[in-house]
Amino acid sequence: MSFAKSQIRVRDENGVSCVEFVERSIIDEVVIRQIGDELLRLVDGAEKPAVVIDFSGVQHLSSAALGVLINVHNRAKSRNGQVRLCGIPKNIFEVFRITKLDRIFHTCDTVAQALQGLA
Amino acid sequence: MATAGAHPPSQIRVTLHEMRTDVERVQREVEGAIRARGYDDDAAFAIRLCLEEALVNAFRHGNRLEPGLTVEFRAEIGDRSCTFEVQDQGEGFDPVGVPDPTADENLEIPSGRGIMLMRAYMSEVEYLDPGNRLRMVFTRR
Repeated sequence: MSFAKSQIRVRDENGVSCVEFVERSIIDEVVIRQIGDELLRLVDGAEKPAVVIDFSGVQHLSSAALGVLINVHNRAKSRNGQVRLCGIPKNIFEVFRITKLDRIFHTCDTVAQALQGLA
Repeated sequence: MATAGAHPPSQIRVTLHEMRTDVERVQREVEGAIRARGYDDDAAFAIRLCLEEALVNAFRHGNRLEPGLTVEFRAEIGDRSCTFEVQDQGEGFDPVGVPDPTADENLEIPSGRGIMLMRAYMSEVEYLDPGNRLRMVFTRR
C-alpha cells in the first residue's frame, strides 16, 4: 500500500494552524485536489477552525486552486472559523484582485500579522 | 495568424492526448519560446495561467475527460505578441452564458473563473464557431 505525500506543511501557533504549501506551483489537478482534502480535514478537525495559509514561495496557481480556497473558506465560515491568507506574491495577489476574491479573504503581508487577533 | 516582430515568429503545434502530462509539456515548450524572446516574469506568469485554464477547460469541459479525445494546440510566438489557439472535440459552448464570478452573489462559488482570468491577461479572447475553438492573443506591454 502506498500513501501520497502530504501537499501541505502544518504547524500549530497557539491554536492556529499555519499552513505552507509543499509545491511552488499549485496548478496540477491532482495536487490541488489533495491540498483541498488536507485543508478541509484540518478545518473539520477543529472546533472553531483558525487557519493561516502562507503563500510565500508560491509561483503559480490556477482557478482550480482558487476554487479549493473558496471551499475551505466556506467550510471554516460555516463552523464559525476563519481562514487568513498571507505572504501572497504580487502577481498572485493580482489574480485575487482580478477575481475580487480579495473581498472575501482576509489577507495580510506576513504570518505574524495574520496571527494577530487569531492566536 | 500574423504577429509583427523583428524575428520570424516561432510556431508550435501539439496534439494533446493526456491532460496532466501534455499540458505541462506544452507549458514548458511555450515558456522556452517566450523566454528566448525576452518575455519577462509577469508575461510568463500570465501566459502560463491562461494556457492552463484554456487547456484544462478543453479537456474537462470540451472533451468531458473522455479517453481517446484530443486537444489541438497551436501557438505563434513573436517578439511583441503571441497568438494561441486551443481546439477541443466537444460541441462548443457560448461564453455569454457563463455567470459573472465577481458578482456579489457568485463570489463564494468555487468555480467559473478561468475565462475571466484569460480575458484579464490576454489582449484578445474569442471562441470561434461552434464554440470549441479558443483563440487568444497576448501582447507585451
